[in-house]
Amino acid sequence: MQSFTEEQIKRYSRHIILPEVGGKGQKKINNAKVFCVGAGGLGSPVALYLAAAGVGTIGIIDADVVDLSNLQRQILHATPDLDKPKVESAKETLAAINPDLNIVTYKEYLGVDNIMEIIKDYDIVLDGSDNFPTRFLVNDATYFAKKILVSGSIFRFDGQVAAFNHKSETSPCYRCLYPEPPPAGLVPSCQEAGVLGVIAGTIGALQATEALKEILGIGESLVGRLIIYDAFDMRFQVVKIHKDPNCPLCGKEPKIKELMAYEQTCHL
Amino acid sequence: MQIIINGEKRTINDDTTIAGLLKELKIDSQRVAVELNMSIIDKADYSRTILKDSDKLEIVSFIGGGASWTIN
Repeated sequence: MQSFTEEQIKRYSRHIILPEVGGKGQKKINNAKVFCVGAGGLGSPVALYLAAAGVGTIGIIDADVVDLSNLQRQILHATPDLDKPKVESAKETLAAINPDLNIVTYKEYLGVDNIMEIIKDYDIVLDGSDNFPTRFLVNDATYFAKKILVSGSIFRFDGQVAAFNHKSETSPCYRCLYPEPPPAGLVPSCQEAGVLGVIAGTIGALQATEALKEILGIGESLVGRLIIYDAFDMRFQVVKIHKDPNCPLCGKEPKIKELMAYEQTCHL
Repeated sequence: MQIIINGEKRTINDDTTIAGLLKELKIDSQRVAVELNMSIIDKADYSRTILKDSDKLEIVSFIGGGASWTIN
């Protein structure tokens, strides 16, 4: 028997009346533990929708404070939050939407030293980080810890979303797609790093959708596929990602056996 | 023969491989993932994958952004 308070039944009624969710599914959501890497452009829509959906434990890591230039897309934060730590502003926003939740905040950088300890408490990791070293770190750590990873990234008018189920030996990983970070000089320079703010909303909402589907165990999973979104031409493509037998991390003869830190070439 | 790259037609020589095409387009293979007819191709196969007439190719840039984009 599911036990919901009257308020919860009302709050989650549009989920509960969906046959694919129901009271049982809503309980799964309420018991889920999801970790968001970054409380910025992607982390904002991700955390907002997960909080509204009732994800019981939401962890968020971000070492930065809210800057005026963030507000064009980072909708967790508002003008009165300027100079506040992002995780603090995020926690206030999320608690106002849904006071039922356990919001765990980490005002620090994610690195080789802390990532395993932090992610062990979560089922699903959503990567909305702003740099390649973190993306590779999150992929490798979720692989070693056997977690589900939903990775999103945005740049200019483009976005990409992919999901990896590191619990499954048949799932590809981020390195099957991109074996190594791009060489320095090939990544766009800081001056080129613009983004249409709303792209973060589209991509973050897709990440949150996949996280909820994984929690519920419904639908066709994105694991093993990559969504490529081109907002300029308004085109979505979904392509298959194969597990690469030569992958340096999850291939037959892995070269990477422990976490490694890459140098950040440019602070985007 | 003709192939379609990122939605646009392009004429290439017979027996062009993915590696050869990237070289012709001056694209560093480290910077992209290549999708041929809806599947991502392993980098190790670029030099032995010969393109066929009407192949659909997507060259996907490697993007890493998400959170803060501090423009200095």
